[in-house]
Amino acid sequence: MNVHIPSTLTPLFPGLTRHIDVDAGTVGEALERLDERYPGLRERLCEPGKLRPHIHVYVDKERAELETPLRENARLDVIAAISGG
Amino acid sequence: MSQVVVLVGTRKGLFVLQSEDRRSWRTRGPFCESWPVFHAIYDDSTGTIYVAAGSEWHGAAVWRSSDLGETWAWSGEGLKYPEGEFPVTKVSSVTAAHGRLLAGVSAPGIFESTDGGVTWSHLSSLEDQKAQEKFKDPANSPPGTLGLIATVPHPENDQRFFANVQGFGVWETEDGGSSWTPRNEGLRADWPLDDPAWGYCVHKLLRSPADPERLFEMTHVGAYVSSDGGKSFTEITEGLPSDFGFAASAHPHDRDTAYMIPLDPEHGRYMHGGQVAVWTTKDAGSSWQKLTNGLPGEGAYLGVLREGMSMDSLDEPGVYFGTSTGQLFASADDGGSWSEIASYLPGITSVEAVVVD
Repeated sequence: MNVHIPSTLTPLFPGLTRHIDVDAGTVGEALERLDERYPGLRERLCEPGKLRPHIHVYVDKERAELETPLRENARLDVIAAISGG
Repeated sequence: MSQVVVLVGTRKGLFVLQSEDRRSWRTRGPFCESWPVFHAIYDDSTGTIYVAAGSEWHGAAVWRSSDLGETWAWSGEGLKYPEGEFPVTKVSSVTAAHGRLLAGVSAPGIFESTDGGVTWSHLSSLEDQKAQEKFKDPANSPPGTLGLIATVPHPENDQRFFANVQGFGVWETEDGGSSWTPRNEGLRADWPLDDPAWGYCVHKLLRSPADPERLFEMTHVGAYVSSDGGKSFTEITEGLPSDFGFAASAHPHDRDTAYMIPLDPEHGRYMHGGQVAVWTTKDAGSSWQKLTNGLPGEGAYLGVLREGMSMDSLDEPGVYFGTSTGQLFASADDGGSWSEIASYLPGITSVEAVVVD
């Protein structure tokens, strides 16, 4: 599956690109795989036990949560949602 | 050659101004990926800038630079409460003293770092205080709460420091954060108190660099001075245009001199009558003088936030303040005359002026 990362995140992790392929069964697992490659990344997207309030995740264009399952070749978009001016 | 460096925290990152003569200034930034900045300091023992920040998207972190902003690193490692507790949403303040950093955060608590800001661990949330049961829930704090808005270290005693909880008041520890004592005696409140020892709204607590027992406070209802290290406070509002304000600064060499910026206490929260003005006392609050030479007005409805004022430590110290609408003003002669040294920054949340060799 392919993960699309928000541009606000890439400056925080040297080498992180906007599009990354990972193998995972759920959104939460996908973020764990990313965190293994870029330690600390998961915490920039999640509070304990859930996504941060202004981080929205979509799986194949449908709003998703950490437990949302992923099919093979799914597209996962991580969005830094509108938050002030 | 020494230079004055002014760290300007804004809603869109940190800016660094530098000058060797306090007349011409070089401005760099924005740094910290334009994250909202709440406070920034320079630790002269290590030559490092530390920046307290919180992104609505990516959470709380402290940014750091050991080359005056040329390169940056950040860390949020350890800046979190256990699962099930209120999250850490922002770092509101940071101080450096005695070889360690203290970060005040929201939800209210203090985290410490002993490795120069690489990792953090929870030190205290004033767990021995009854007030903690109330302030740990952000719903009981003001909208947009900053939580634990300041720690104020003691220059000689690493176990002794103050913690200021927004909307609840000031506490002091003398054992490194294990136990706490309310330090709000003498303050007024215009609202019902659960306990007369706490429940006060201290916008800014200052310790005089010239005398650690001399403190000044600007609060929601009054300006105050303490001569006994915070055990008691005396109101010194008389002579000021209102009893409300955020920003204040203590003179680096004179224990009796301080600067404050009173504001309209109602919805406006701008300086009175549309005249930008700094007020100074040179006798610990017995009298006040209004300083306006070179400052805009009438028609200048500007506000200054709680960390928005600072002084450098030169023999004739400079005074600096930044507005919530992005203007930065400076005086190189103790407030006698002023000039605008930056005009179009994002809204300014903090100003810190230091002398760097």
